[in-house]
Amino acid sequence: MNFIPSTETEQEDLLKEVGVSSVRDLFNDIPDSVKIDKLDVEEALTEFKVKKKLEGLAAKNKILKSFVGAGSYNHFIPSVVDHIVGRSEFYTAYTPYQPEISQGILQAIFEYQTMICSLTGQDVTNASMYDGASAMAEACIMACSISKKNKIVILKSVHPDYREVVKTYCSAYSIKLEEVEEVSADEKTAAVVVQNPDFFGRVTDLSKIKEYIGETLLISGVIEPTSLFVLKEPSAADIVVGEGHSFGNGMNFGGPYLGIIATKDKFKRQLPGRIVGQTTDTEGKRGFMLTLQAREQHIRREKACSNICSNEALCALAATVYLSYVGKSGVNLGDVCLQRAHYLYNKLLEKGFSKVFDAPFYNEFVVKLENVRELHSQLLDKRIMAGVLLEDYYPEMKDCLLFCCTEMNSKEEIDELLGAL
Amino acid sequence: MKLIFEKSVKGRKAIEFDLEVLKQEGLLDEGLVRKELDMPEVSEVDVIRHYTALSRRNFGVDNGFYPLGSCTMKYNPKINEDMSRLTGFTQLHPLNTFNQGALQLMYELEKDLCAITGLDAFSLQPAAGAHGELTGLMITKNYFEDKGENRKIIVTPDSSHGTNPASATMCGFDTVTIKSGADGLVDVEELKKQLDSNVAAVMLTIPNTLGLFEKDIVKISKAVHDNGSLLYMDGANMNALLGIARPGDMGVDLMHINLHKTFATPHGCGGPGSGPVGVVAKLKDFLPNPSIVLDGDYKFSNNTKSIGKVRAFYGNFNVLIKAYTYIKSIGRSGLRKVTENAVLNANYMKEKLKKEFDLPYDMVCKHEFVLSDKGVPNEVTTNDIAKRLLDYGYHPPTVYFPLIVHGAIMIEPNETEGKKTMDDFILAMIKIKEEAKNDPDLVKSAPHTTVVKKLDGVLAARKPILKYSK
Repeated sequence: MNFIPSTETEQEDLLKEVGVSSVRDLFNDIPDSVKIDKLDVEEALTEFKVKKKLEGLAAKNKILKSFVGAGSYNHFIPSVVDHIVGRSEFYTAYTPYQPEISQGILQAIFEYQTMICSLTGQDVTNASMYDGASAMAEACIMACSISKKNKIVILKSVHPDYREVVKTYCSAYSIKLEEVEEVSADEKTAAVVVQNPDFFGRVTDLSKIKEYIGETLLISGVIEPTSLFVLKEPSAADIVVGEGHSFGNGMNFGGPYLGIIATKDKFKRQLPGRIVGQTTDTEGKRGFMLTLQAREQHIRREKACSNICSNEALCALAATVYLSYVGKSGVNLGDVCLQRAHYLYNKLLEKGFSKVFDAPFYNEFVVKLENVRELHSQLLDKRIMAGVLLEDYYPEMKDCLLFCCTEMNSKEEIDELLGAL
Repeated sequence: MKLIFEKSVKGRKAIEFDLEVLKQEGLLDEGLVRKELDMPEVSEVDVIRHYTALSRRNFGVDNGFYPLGSCTMKYNPKINEDMSRLTGFTQLHPLNTFNQGALQLMYELEKDLCAITGLDAFSLQPAAGAHGELTGLMITKNYFEDKGENRKIIVTPDSSHGTNPASATMCGFDTVTIKSGADGLVDVEELKKQLDSNVAAVMLTIPNTLGLFEKDIVKISKAVHDNGSLLYMDGANMNALLGIARPGDMGVDLMHINLHKTFATPHGCGGPGSGPVGVVAKLKDFLPNPSIVLDGDYKFSNNTKSIGKVRAFYGNFNVLIKAYTYIKSIGRSGLRKVTENAVLNANYMKEKLKKEFDLPYDMVCKHEFVLSDKGVPNEVTTNDIAKRLLDYGYHPPTVYFPLIVHGAIMIEPNETEGKKTMDDFILAMIKIKEEAKNDPDLVKSAPHTTVVKKLDGVLAARKPILKYSK
């Protein structure tokens, strides 16, 4: 395939204008010792063959009946989402540095910021982060910068991948990190990091945690954001981070996802990333532009509050379209997830699985059964992903399975799983 | 234009979800439940019309010429989009182990990136260029810690991207900035003065942000290596090197690539991008976990020396599909042609425009070049020119970067534009200069044809309104 419009004649014309006889002359500044003759890359395929190749690769993956969440959730994506995100005025544009010709994405992000603030009960948010885990890590750095302290306490019930990422960032930044079973904080602690609902699906009352830790900042992670449709907004937290891919973005084997970070108004100047603000033009008309840029790397360089530049704007656009479309029916969606998960949970208990926790849950829960690994693998042979084996993440949790239900798991599918046990 | 919230009609709905199971009451205590969900109430038609209208107030590569320097705004082939939407990819849960197609794609993409850069191993995990930089500097930090050396300094030229020093700070490094030489390049002697046992890495963008190749690269890398330091390359400008020269052969130890620039995956209004990190063999063990290995099947593998994870799961997989499709579509010869045409186009525009505008570094450029606003009549500035270009239907070049050029205008035409497009843009630039001379107010008050006029940035920052309130 060829995406280069210049004909040979045109190239000749250009060369003449530049004053060289061959394209090679334009590379005389590169030492011959580092030049190469050819790359060890296959020659081009025709469009037809490229399609066959990619379809072949896609077919090698098997899409299973899934009762797995654990950081990636199978939700319905209405057709409108892809039709809007697929408009190339959006997907072929760059970061909106020129607001006069970028009002489309700027207004959409402003709407996105409004929706995220409303869902999280926070005052300000940004135009997105890379994903939930890196947003959590950036929130830890932000908390240290706000509090001028250097220790983060993170609960073990936070998603293992997220804890890994927080650990990586904290190690780079020389922040002391403590993993704990129960919430605790001392005078050196910048922030306590929790996840709600946690990795095991348990729902907790954040205001009680905030009350307990007092002045210490509370960072709360929301990794299944449809929970926000039915659960109390996490306004008790000082910084809310989250994974927003459930809002209109596919599972995509783990990315791109949508990192959310939201906080109180008083911390807005410590918030990393792009932020869209409302303003007026020379004729007094409402318009939108990137603002508070004095926080950012292209202005502050080594003094910036983060190095983030590209974000996940198109994923944020998908979330905006999704949230507009779902609207107040989000309550209804959340209820479907909640009810079906409880339906499955109760049936599993009837089937001889045992309870592991007593806490309330939204759409994920843990149950236990002896030799469950064997059963799990038998079900995989039947193309059913029956939860996540928690022993792989928590060696002490032998025989425990983490299940998830969404609106995509119909009653029929749940009954099929139960029948296969 | 109204916001979606201002179009809300009480009771209007686009969708409902079917409960199917018997409703159980009291599953959650009152104290845990949300009281009100404040979301717009609109119909499907409302949603489509609203966001379609917004799309028409946006400008992408598909709308017109986008010579935004350092961003490589090339055409994004449509087949990439189609392939990324195959359900075998989009519906694949990251914990699904029936994933051989996905792993094979990632493995082969890593191999191609190794071949293109001359490096030994890649990780596809970083989500963007700056994320790749951060990952690269974490690798640098861990590498020296592992060797028992305490090196705290990153050296970078004054022409570098702002993300370079910002990423260094996030890894606890101090940045030392060196002044570019009179020719816009790194002065090897100046660099040597900064090199001591405290320097962990030298970060260079190659070609640099003036669009110039570091002709002394071999001497530079030797000096860096003699000092026991690493040479990091910011690969944002890789579009200038494909099939011509490889960073690995130049002595680069580690680098990131922006797939959304060089490999034609779209920029998506600012993301998602993808910033894979490549390294030489001695740094391989420090790459993020997990890596992908071929051992009969394709498998994930964890290394104990790894820096850890920099995000959940494995990377912006859907973006990787597009870069993979692109490489397969144009192949070995196509990659070289990309660079040849990108560089030819840039030199053509440079030669034409330098007759009318100040070109501070007048030499053969690579994929981009930088003009200054010196000599533009009546104190018309770079920003004025950029805004006036909007009236001519163009996305302006990158402005005021790099910082070492007064009123920098950084132009990168890239290979997917033809002579006519470039000629029209050159004419527009010349016309704007004439306007600056004859009717400066016309230029200074631009833009005139856009949906909003010049916006008040001071107001936006002084009294931030960051969300809608009723």
